[in-house]
Amino acid sequence: MQTGYFELIISCIFVNNILLAQFLGNCPFLGTSKKMETAVGMAMAVVFVLVLSGAITWVVYTFILVPFDLVYLRTISFILVIAALVQFVEMFLKKSIPALYAGLGIFLPLITTNCAVLGVCVLNIDKGMDFLHSLVASVAYALGYGLALILFAGLRERILLARVPKPLQDTSIGLITAGMIALAFFAFQGMV
Amino acid sequence: MPKTLVQEFTKGLWEEIPPFRLVLGLCPTLGVTTSMENGLGMGLATTFVLVFSNILISMLRNIIPSKVRIACFIIVIATFVTVVELLMQAYTYALFLRLGVFIPLIVVNCILLGRAEAFACKNTMAYSIADGLGIGIGYTLALGALGAIREVLGKGSLTVWGDMSYGVASVFPSFHPFGFLVQAPGAFICLGLMLCILNAIGKK
Repeated sequence: MQTGYFELIISCIFVNNILLAQFLGNCPFLGTSKKMETAVGMAMAVVFVLVLSGAITWVVYTFILVPFDLVYLRTISFILVIAALVQFVEMFLKKSIPALYAGLGIFLPLITTNCAVLGVCVLNIDKGMDFLHSLVASVAYALGYGLALILFAGLRERILLARVPKPLQDTSIGLITAGMIALAFFAFQGMV
Repeated sequence: MPKTLVQEFTKGLWEEIPPFRLVLGLCPTLGVTTSMENGLGMGLATTFVLVFSNILISMLRNIIPSKVRIACFIIVIATFVTVVELLMQAYTYALFLRLGVFIPLIVVNCILLGRAEAFACKNTMAYSIADGLGIGIGYTLALGALGAIREVLGKGSLTVWGDMSYGVASVFPSFHPFGFLVQAPGAFICLGLMLCILNAIGKK
């Protein structure tokens, strides 16, 4: 049974937000959210790679792994696809769109180990989505990731100006802030 | 001064305990610690992968060309993750279902790549095993502790393994579970507070 596209988009962006409800991609979330600029760069890079890898891994899984009965190689083949894709995208952007490449900078290679990317690919397969659904889901998840990251970076820039007790500084207050945003997103629960 | 094997092992338990001192591997930390059993299971699976990938990488460290080392590390790690995935599916199926997507995601747990890059590719096998065991057990303890806190306060019970379960209400009849803590936002806040407590103890 497949859900409608609108429902799927709302569900992936808000209700099952990849960062705040499914806890994927948290390391770069805390690492790159200290400045708005880096957060925007990371969000763009994630959108870019997630959508591409979501589509490609679906094709690899359905047309290569399943017919040849190699499903147990899923983890290895997906991570290879993602790593190769990131490398390829990096080379492509460097040649053809240098401005975007400079904008994404260091975040592009880091995406290989962003678990949001592999996580979404695996989730799409686990839920048995067809190609269009998994593409839409990838786009929506990526947008949700970007939304949460940019919201969080905005809050964190403000926190830098505040006086935080010493043991709470840095990651600790970051996690608690993330908890507060997750609480806000929690209100979407039950919408879909 | 070169460290002894014991020192390499014990540093993972306190000095560099992930995810508190080394802020890596946060996703499973937040995602699976709704109960102590899940936390320990995830920690043990990660330890297994960490020890074996450390062994293999330290054995191959003179063969792997440094330019493609990250790709090689990822393939080694992914191999052991697949092993663990199949083993868990065969022997601990209930846990396998509960951990779900987080088992394949051990591949992208930054602790593994971090240890491979920072330690295993520079040290001999014995040291790499000690390092992997130390960091892995530290991670398991941290996940177990976080899971236990969230389970006791959030659900009002503690499942040790399988059906062995203890209710808090039998000890403190007036206790009401604080359901918020087993939900998503509670994970972030609970981990944040634990980090704060550890910082307060550790840094004088």
